[in-house]
Amino acid sequence: MSLFETHQQLISPSATNGSVPVGTPAIEFQDVELAFDDQIVLDKVSFTVPKGVTKIVLGSSGSGKSTIINLILGLVRPDAGRILIAGEDITPFDDMDLMRIRKRIGMVFQEGALFDSLSVYENVAYRLDEQGVDEDEVEHEVMRMLRFVDLEDAVDKMPIELSGGMRRRVGIARALVGNPDIVLFDEPTAGLDPPTARTICELAIKLRDLEDVSSIFVTHEMNNLEYLSSDYAVLDREGNVHFEQEGNNLCMLNTEVMMLREGVIIFSGSEDELKATRDPYIRRFITGK
Amino acid sequence: MSFIIQFLTELQEVGNLLWRCIKGLKKKPRYFGEIMRQMDLIGVGSLGICVLTGFFTGGVLVLQVYPTLDYYGATSNAGQGVATGLIRELGPVLTALMVAGRVGSAISAELGSMVVSQQIDAMRALGTSPARKLVTPRIIALIITLPLLTIAADMFGLIGGGLLANYLHSLDPNIYISSVRTGTHVEDLLASILKPMVFGLIIGVISCYKGLQTTGGTVGVGISVTKAVVTSSIYVIIADFFLSKVLQSAFSGTMF
Repeated sequence: MSLFETHQQLISPSATNGSVPVGTPAIEFQDVELAFDDQIVLDKVSFTVPKGVTKIVLGSSGSGKSTIINLILGLVRPDAGRILIAGEDITPFDDMDLMRIRKRIGMVFQEGALFDSLSVYENVAYRLDEQGVDEDEVEHEVMRMLRFVDLEDAVDKMPIELSGGMRRRVGIARALVGNPDIVLFDEPTAGLDPPTARTICELAIKLRDLEDVSSIFVTHEMNNLEYLSSDYAVLDREGNVHFEQEGNNLCMLNTEVMMLREGVIIFSGSEDELKATRDPYIRRFITGK
Repeated sequence: MSFIIQFLTELQEVGNLLWRCIKGLKKKPRYFGEIMRQMDLIGVGSLGICVLTGFFTGGVLVLQVYPTLDYYGATSNAGQGVATGLIRELGPVLTALMVAGRVGSAISAELGSMVVSQQIDAMRALGTSPARKLVTPRIIALIITLPLLTIAADMFGLIGGGLLANYLHSLDPNIYISSVRTGTHVEDLLASILKPMVFGLIIGVISCYKGLQTTGGTVGVGISVTKAVVTSSIYVIIADFFLSKVLQSAFSGTMF
């Protein structure tokens, strides 16, 4: 399966939810504003994440990146503006309606946020156990997800026994149970060594290119941007996943970049456009000098 | 003024938390397993300290009351004095304070740690209400187990008082038991069950609220634990005063 074939799937009617019109963005922010006391966190933020697209959100600490994710999950309410998930305005939703929306969203936290008192199996099975799914089905789904993140051997371990990278991967497996349409990554590679960070990015790439998932990837690490916007995943004839690099003849259409500064979007476009910008703040952020 | 506003705001938030728990009772899943686990942790886990507290409180009551009774030649009423003081007041209050210290701190520390490690956010992101999954089982477990712990503390308090009266003052055990039976009324027993139920609610809801309100990392967890224990202990003592008055009036028929 080539990257372009994947894109054909993303925009084909058969690949969309029957009740959602074709072309409806997976996530849409319309003039969203948020402030804590006198401190403005987001100021008229508007953007869309089309279906099957990964939006990389860059920005320094305190720029409002993680707040965007909390708003999508309904953990924080905006002061003004609208947030639409698959065309549905979640802004006026109460907790019960938000629970329904959250079931369609997978969330990968910075440190994994695994439940300390539960084993890896129980953590990954959590969402299905809560829904009262049959035990055999739960086991099948959990093992499928642990295979996806290559952690089948850790099924009986407790979170405390796992390394930082393993915790993040279990967090990803837990987020993917139930096949969510949207996955949110909140700095999932923070504090990890480069090979492990690369593994986490590869999982995000696999989700984007092979699983038809829309995602927001919050990060401030430039190597994440490099991996996500230049590599793509393909399946060979045996069904094995391979990662290939974007070449001269191939343009990555399913990855967008957005940059925040003090609650305002200061850049929106592709990785190439970001690198070509002459804005001194962005240049300093990219090069570190 | 700001203190009053802060108090009212907190009261509103605690009320909201409690209301969410009550609303969630009719929804599935109901987490019976978690309630049983919490009852084991809170009830069985606190039995030792509550029994010890009751035993020595009964003993100290005899120690303090006996000389006065002896002065008036009323040593045969020692059991009555211990029973009245222990069952009406000291049993429920001291048990609640012990549980507030042991369990209230544990609840706020656990929930506070879950907040700072984003486990509460993860739970909400996975479509589970922390109020239903974490708060309700703890409150129910406290409401059920605190009266049972109080009964255990009362019993061991009476035993402690009897043993001390016999050992130090050679009081006949039969006289002591007879005096205890004379001094124990149905109203006292009812009050010693009703009060701990209210105390359990207070400890549970305040400890959970303080834990869920944790901010500022591990330092914040410590602050939440202190606040949970201090606040719930104060409210237990305040509630005890008003409950005693209400129950006294209710049982004597002068309430309305």
